[in-house]
Amino acid sequence: MNLDAFWIIMTGSLVAISSGLLGCFLILRRMAMVGDAISHAVLPGIVLAFLFSGTREVWSMLFGAAALGVVCTFLIEFFHKKARVPADASIGVTFTWLFALGIILITVYAGQVDLDQDCVLYGEIAYVPLDTWITESGLSLGPRTVWMMAGVTLVILAFITLFYRQLYLTSFDPAFAAAIGISTSLWYYLLMGAVSLTTVASFESVGAILVVALMVGPAATAYLLTDQLKVMLILSAVFGVVASFAGYYLALWLDGSVAGAISVIIGLEFLLAFVFSPTHGLVSRRRHLVVTTPQPASA
Amino acid sequence: MIQHVTDPVLEVHDLTVSYQRKPVLWDVDLTLPHKSLVGVIGPNGAGKSTLIKAIMGLLPLNSGYVQLFGKSLDEIRKKVSYVPQRESVDWDFPASALDVAMMGTYGQLGLFSRPGAKQKQQALEALEKVGMQDFANRQISQLSGGQQQRVFLARALAQDADLYLMDEPFAGVDIATETAIIELLRQMREAGKTVVVVHHDLQSAQDYFDWVILLNMRLVASGPTAETLTPALLEKTYGGRLTELSRVSELLHKKNFPIREKKPVRP
Repeated sequence: MNLDAFWIIMTGSLVAISSGLLGCFLILRRMAMVGDAISHAVLPGIVLAFLFSGTREVWSMLFGAAALGVVCTFLIEFFHKKARVPADASIGVTFTWLFALGIILITVYAGQVDLDQDCVLYGEIAYVPLDTWITESGLSLGPRTVWMMAGVTLVILAFITLFYRQLYLTSFDPAFAAAIGISTSLWYYLLMGAVSLTTVASFESVGAILVVALMVGPAATAYLLTDQLKVMLILSAVFGVVASFAGYYLALWLDGSVAGAISVIIGLEFLLAFVFSPTHGLVSRRRHLVVTTPQPASA
Repeated sequence: MIQHVTDPVLEVHDLTVSYQRKPVLWDVDLTLPHKSLVGVIGPNGAGKSTLIKAIMGLLPLNSGYVQLFGKSLDEIRKKVSYVPQRESVDWDFPASALDVAMMGTYGQLGLFSRPGAKQKQQALEALEKVGMQDFANRQISQLSGGQQQRVFLARALAQDADLYLMDEPFAGVDIATETAIIELLRQMREAGKTVVVVHHDLQSAQDYFDWVILLNMRLVASGPTAETLTPALLEKTYGGRLTELSRVSELLHKKNFPIREKKPVRP
């Protein structure tokens, strides 16, 4: 494996771990598409950050994006709770509107700069090794993205291991959580903050669509295979990492898009789990049916 | 007939609660005695669940206050336990019966601490009390409705509170579970706890409870069962709805409504 391949797979795996872990909680809360929503809704934040700072410097962009990510989750919750719009409709209305706002801002104010929605949506994981972090003494520390994603992954890992209990209970039974004094809205916003952070940090390199694929696909696959949340979290991260490896080599072999290949592998993993899962799979259910259906008496 | 007690476990004072500006509970004012098994009874939409939720601080109050053991909920939260309606959660959630029972011990843990051997022991004991020890590692989606309800009770027991508020623990459970649950609630009362139960069935209410709250948006009665479950007060609570069915059939008869709609015959 050459160094470039290593960095690309490393980036994919780091994104896979952080979004796979958060994805488990999202699908259990029936909010899987929040990742999708945030990844689109950050666009106006990026444009505004660019307009205010006047540069494409990464930190101001990240700040603008993260702020809009939080605004997006706040609006989703607000429309859902106050206006009584169903959660999925609330997600759909909020992010399309914010994304469109971002596009208008780009076309009106930033049309002549290189800031287009293609790069926002699809990213390009193959370019990760190009943007390296070089110290003042000239030492190359590897790609900047890998460092950033490693930091984000550590934050997410710490968040989920330290506060597993609170996240678990508020996802399963918010009323009971509130009754014993665990604030459901606090943990909702912390979880959504973590999702925003991950989405924003990863979409620049891997693109919005791969983030969404990694957030929902491995978690949904793991959901089919286990009845324990801890196992589900581990499986979800593992499936994401496996997809990053296999996807990279599939792309190499096909000479195609790495992000696309990773998403395809995620889809294949889900399909395999759907067919062969010991508890929820097609095969085992079919076998179960045959065993439990009483044979009709011979006529 | 609203009887007040001195040194109450629970005091609800002039409580008004509304959803979307539409009042659901009006001016409810009641006190509950120690060591009692209390039934909250009333027709659908009477605000029974709302009352429980308002006491647990899950809904904003328009006016009034709630005191438990003479203190506010925040000061005394560990002493109060809540059993939500069974349908309020997703039973396909990846959790075992033991996982759910363990949640009852979360309230005693600090922000960063994790449940340990002591908490596991508490949860297992609670499961044993409801007769679910053999199902501790069973995935909750694979339990029957009655077993799921028992797991919910075990979670409340693991909390080891002094006041329990239960939202329809008898809804959709089999007779065996209902008998087991009421037996357990009686033992809890003997141990000095107070249990408040939202209940639907008037027939069994007579045997089950020693204190009854009759509710229909306003408080109709609160007092010992013998004095509250009277025909006059029930009539007032259900507003004639008890006899609604008989009246409907009478009306059908009088006005000669067809019992079944017939297909219109084309001329």
